[in-house]
Amino acid sequence: MQVPAPFEYQRAGSVDEAIALLARSGGDARLVAGGHSLLPMMKLRLARPETLVDINGLSDLEYVKVDGDEIAIGAMTRHVGVLESAVLAEHYRIFAEAERVIADPLVRNRGTVGGSLCQADPSEDLSAVFAALKGRAVIRSASGTRSVDLRAFHLGPYETVVGDAEIVVEVRVPIRPHTGSAYEKVERRAGDWSVAAAGAFVQLRGDTIDDVGIGMTAVGAAHFTCEEAEDSLRGGPVSPEAIDEAARICGQRCNPSADQRGPVDYKRHLVSVLVARALTRSVARARGEAA
Amino acid sequence: MTTTDMPAAPSSDTVPRSPAGNPLGFGHMLRKEDARFVRGQGHYVDDVRLPGMLHGAILRSSYAHARVVSIDTSAAEAHPKVKAVITGKILETLNLAWMPTLSGDVTAVLATDKVRFHGQEVAFVVAEDEYSARDALELIEVEYEPLPAVVDATHALDPDAPIIRDDLEGRTDNKIYDWEAGDEAACDEAFAKADVVVAEDLVYPRVHPAPMETCGAVAHMDKVTGKLTIWTTTQAPHAHRTVYALVAGLPEHKIQVISPDIGGGFGNKVGIYPGYVLAIVGSIVTGAPVKWMEDRSENLMSTSFARDYHMHGEIAATKDGKILALRVRVLADHGAFNGVAQPTKFPAGFFHIFTGSYDYPAAHCKVTAVYTNKALGGVAYACSFRITEAVYLVERMVNCLAFELKQDPAELRMKNLLRPEQFPYMSPTGWEYDSGDYPRALREAMRIAGYEELRREQASRRAAAAQPGADPTAPLMGIGLSFFTEGVGAGPRKHMDILGLGMADGCELRIHPTGKAQLRLSVQTQGQGHETTFAQIVSHVIGLPPEDIEVIHGDTDNTPFGLGTYGSRSTPVSGAAAAVAAQRIKDKARVIAAAALECSVDDLEWEHGRWFVRGDPTQGKTIAELAMIAHGSLELPEGVEGHLDASVVYNPPNLTYPFGAYICVVDVDPQTGQVKVRRFIAVDDCGPRINPMIVEGQIHGGLADGIGMALMEVIAFDRDGNNLGGSFMDYLLPTSMECPSWELGQTVTPSPHHPIGVKGVGESATVGSPPAVVNAVLDALQVRSADMPFTPAMTWRALEGRPMRPDLAIE
Amino acid sequence: MRVTLTVNGAETTADVEPRLLLVHYLRDVLGLTGTHWGCDTSNCGACTVWLDGVPIKSCTTLAAMADGHEVRTVEGLASEDGLDPVQQGFVEEHGLQCGFCTPGMMMTARALLDRIPDPDEATIREAISGNLCRCTGYENIVRAIRWAARHEAERTSEEAAV
Ligand SMILES: Cc1cc2nc3c(=O)[nH]c(=O)nc-3n(C[C@H](O)[C@H](O)[C@H](O)COP(=O)(O)OP(=O)(O)OC[C@H]3O[C@@H](n4cnc5c(N)ncnc54)[C@H](O)[C@@H]3O)c2cc1C
Ligand code: FES
Ligand code: FES
Repeated sequence: MQVPAPFEYQRAGSVDEAIALLARSGGDARLVAGGHSLLPMMKLRLARPETLVDINGLSDLEYVKVDGDEIAIGAMTRHVGVLESAVLAEHYRIFAEAERVIADPLVRNRGTVGGSLCQADPSEDLSAVFAALKGRAVIRSASGTRSVDLRAFHLGPYETVVGDAEIVVEVRVPIRPHTGSAYEKVERRAGDWSVAAAGAFVQLRGDTIDDVGIGMTAVGAAHFTCEEAEDSLRGGPVSPEAIDEAARICGQRCNPSADQRGPVDYKRHLVSVLVARALTRSVARARGEAA
Repeated sequence: MTTTDMPAAPSSDTVPRSPAGNPLGFGHMLRKEDARFVRGQGHYVDDVRLPGMLHGAILRSSYAHARVVSIDTSAAEAHPKVKAVITGKILETLNLAWMPTLSGDVTAVLATDKVRFHGQEVAFVVAEDEYSARDALELIEVEYEPLPAVVDATHALDPDAPIIRDDLEGRTDNKIYDWEAGDEAACDEAFAKADVVVAEDLVYPRVHPAPMETCGAVAHMDKVTGKLTIWTTTQAPHAHRTVYALVAGLPEHKIQVISPDIGGGFGNKVGIYPGYVLAIVGSIVTGAPVKWMEDRSENLMSTSFARDYHMHGEIAATKDGKILALRVRVLADHGAFNGVAQPTKFPAGFFHIFTGSYDYPAAHCKVTAVYTNKALGGVAYACSFRITEAVYLVERMVNCLAFELKQDPAELRMKNLLRPEQFPYMSPTGWEYDSGDYPRALREAMRIAGYEELRREQASRRAAAAQPGADPTAPLMGIGLSFFTEGVGAGPRKHMDILGLGMADGCELRIHPTGKAQLRLSVQTQGQGHETTFAQIVSHVIGLPPEDIEVIHGDTDNTPFGLGTYGSRSTPVSGAAAAVAAQRIKDKARVIAAAALECSVDDLEWEHGRWFVRGDPTQGKTIAELAMIAHGSLELPEGVEGHLDASVVYNPPNLTYPFGAYICVVDVDPQTGQVKVRRFIAVDDCGPRINPMIVEGQIHGGLADGIGMALMEVIAFDRDGNNLGGSFMDYLLPTSMECPSWELGQTVTPSPHHPIGVKGVGESATVGSPPAVVNAVLDALQVRSADMPFTPAMTWRALEGRPMRPDLAIE
Repeated sequence: MRVTLTVNGAETTADVEPRLLLVHYLRDVLGLTGTHWGCDTSNCGACTVWLDGVPIKSCTTLAAMADGHEVRTVEGLASEDGLDPVQQGFVEEHGLQCGFCTPGMMMTARALLDRIPDPDEATIREAISGNLCRCTGYENIVRAIRWAARHEAERTSEEAAV
């Protein structure tokens, strides 16, 4: 079986220690959280860090809680923790819907929220979820803590704003009343990465769309979203036509590439279908209807 | 010697039971082998650990077609844990750089002149541990001069196509052979008279058996004794031994091939791969045992793909749907070397059984096989020597005909199925079907499915969808059928051999003095449950409890010669050998019983497990008692040797022909193209079922294969010949989520020529199920033509009327 | 580096390379070959073991990451009283053929039943969706897990009656 190239292994007992260990090795070290993106890459020898800093001991980063008018999710929260979180189920159904189709239950027992975002795989589902919800990442370094809008977090495939000696400690999303959310993914088979996926939240005031967020993954959407489509909806009345128009814009503006999951025309079409479905169900949920 | 009749197959509820509660013969019985597997005590090749064992790893080509300019191994050799680095140049000095394939071609063990497919073996490193061996691969520098690659088989014979096999003298193109079967003139005549002719192009794309355990070997050449022992993932240990003797010039009596527990085979473990030979060479060079286990990418990229048939079918019929003739042209992509594992006289395997289960007089096929810059193989993945492709062809053609005639595909099939009174039936391409009642099987499948009701549901859904304002997301419902006839149990030795080795199988049965038995088989289980089923076969004939019969297999030093397990041949061939061996024991026991009871053999009657004196049932001897007597001091009649052993070589008189009717129901999301299999009904007739539980398990597995091939499995290649299915992330196997709860039914038509009437079932469902799923998807779309696999993208494109080629990269 | 893992209740210690995968620690260092592997991309689940009571893929975990933790493998399923009901269920319902996926499958199943003692078919199918099986078509695996659930329920109610 394929195996990683040699490296040094360090364990961090605290966030500060992790940062110090990263700083010491000057860019050749990588954090390992669940390891479910990094270790497969290392086996394929596409990644060969000289040092791995294991942060699995940082159980204080494993939480989902309401904090003021936001929900705070610790970076070491495993996928399964997100899937089963009562807090998230109450406020955002999008999480459980996305998590149920991320990888498989065994991967979900290990993979983390922080790892998912920092891996910055262009097909990562949680990237679309957080982009839709307009969350923020809380990043720590030796010099302090900063917070980055998740729509400015990814610089491109496998690239984020997180520096060599920085660690994501938390992700935060605002709590929004009168809101529904949903996630739609098409995969070739259970456990496969998305052919395309889309998530959304819709916040209603009466029949008017007060706020809306759209996230997409695997289709080359800039920052995993499409603000033009959101703008077309925001402030307007809810209508199937408006939803279809927003969905059409998403299909047009995204930038998928052809691969064995599908040709470009299909992926664009699929984005429109999935965005429309996610928006429609979000609206229904915002109205308290079953969807 | 007197021969008695083989017992008729009993229905399982009348079978007497052993003290342990097992049937004394056919019937539901838990598997003997499971005790070790559920405890984690299975013993697979990678579990073999020998003192001083080294580990091998293979460097593979990153090009599909390139000249090998130079290979620099010095850095790898300098690695402190590396013991040897072997290249094609070194093998050339041993005359081992090339080896024969199973179909008369040669294949490179390690590339010398050129690499001819992405993933081909280039160098072999032997190191103290696997991690170091793989590290050292990165230290080898190979300079390649890239060449244009032949990727699309339909262009392999273009005049300007690069010549792949310039190693073969006088090669000017990429053709391997042209081959035909059937009567072309009769076919043309039937076509001329037909009301309707429907033509269709079908690609059965390249797929892979992908057993959960990859291939591997541990080779140990003992320098002192000169004995080579090789533990290896093989479905055919004896054939492998003979081939090693031929390839390496090693004395055959000094080669022991051990096939321990095998983690699934499906045809992936029939061939001999360079890795096995390299493990042997590595052991010879280093003097230590060498283990080589391929990783999953190596498995998917280099060993034994299956199918890759590009077919053009034409079916002729009357306007009311009576089929008159079928003709087919096949372009067969064999990859860079012709390494197909099949009987010598059948270059296209048993493809020419493509006339299927229907009654029509004329058929003809032409097969052209070509080289491409892809891995070698073609016959694997439970294909019954390409009956998979044949069944797919005819079952798709029949559906296309139904589509054009706007007839119900079940009705059309019923109209054309062979009738029971036509058996034994000689097919237009020369196969003699042994027995069958096809309409009964189809009716049974339709009954279980509730076929009429399903069609009504479909009609009302379609009507609703046609209403204005209908829900555009409402699923499209599809119903698909297939009917298959298999031909298994290869085969009569006068027709069938592999590399000159006749396809007969040996078997030895020994009854020890205390009445416990050992049965030695030439075939090798990969999960089919031989240790249980074969004990039941013997129990069926001589009445010993199956728990008292130990089945020994997978070790050439301890079992008789035979060609192994593939093509569903174990029960039809080796199972017959076991039954005949048991029968000989029974006959001999009768003579011994007569001596012991001081009566004539004609005065003896048999009740299960015991001979007794007619009219006085108290006067009798069980097989166990007779075993002790046979080993004792009783004077035996003239010409009767002591002991209670039998040894048989079974040469089947014909193939057996299992058959079945399958119905699949799917729901397709019209907007996303996602296919959900709602139901799958499978009625199989494999003759009497020795162990119904095991038979059903075999069918379940094959049905999942059908879901896999129809919906997700495919190995495509990009323009440069890069393999796009080289990991389980890219080559998708079905999970528990895609498989429905299977609904099985059965009919029982014994084979008239098999000693216990059984027909073999290992591949039936893999052969029969893909067209049922494909027909269901296309029925849902109300589209006639598109190729599998129906991934969401492929399905949506088919619905749009713009289907894609499955074998090429999506661009 | 030196690692210490509790495996099936017994403490084990060895000097290993940091890159050693947990699956190889179990198979090659400890000789517990019941845990298999079947891929390079964390897709097949043949390598499933428990880490601190949670089923995970041991090919995607370093032995070093499991240092100081508890691991349970197929060899730790049976107790002195005999087979675990999950193991017995696999035998009774023909939930295995070649047996290669079986250890991982059973570790996933055992964890499922510990969390949800009476899962329905859909729950079972979802739980085992990260464990590939090429032989059984999954049907009998589902039945095997149902068998175990049923028998555990019976056993519990018998114990309650005593
Ligand atoms: C078979 C399989 C299928 C999958 N399918 C999907 C899918 O369908 N959808 C999907 O979205 N994902 C999928 N994944 C990915 C899965 O969700 C991973 O768990 C996740 O991407 C990474 O999480 P991790 O904790 O394992 O990260 P790791 O592999 O540990 O780390 C990933 C990267 O993030 C860095 N990192 C980790 N944590 C932090 C942190 N706190 N701060 C800064 N950097 C950090 C690491 O240094 C590394 O570079 C799949 C994975 C597998 C193995
Ligand atoms: S070996 Fe395949 S998932 Fe671990
Ligand atoms: S029993 Fe063979 S892979 Fe599951």
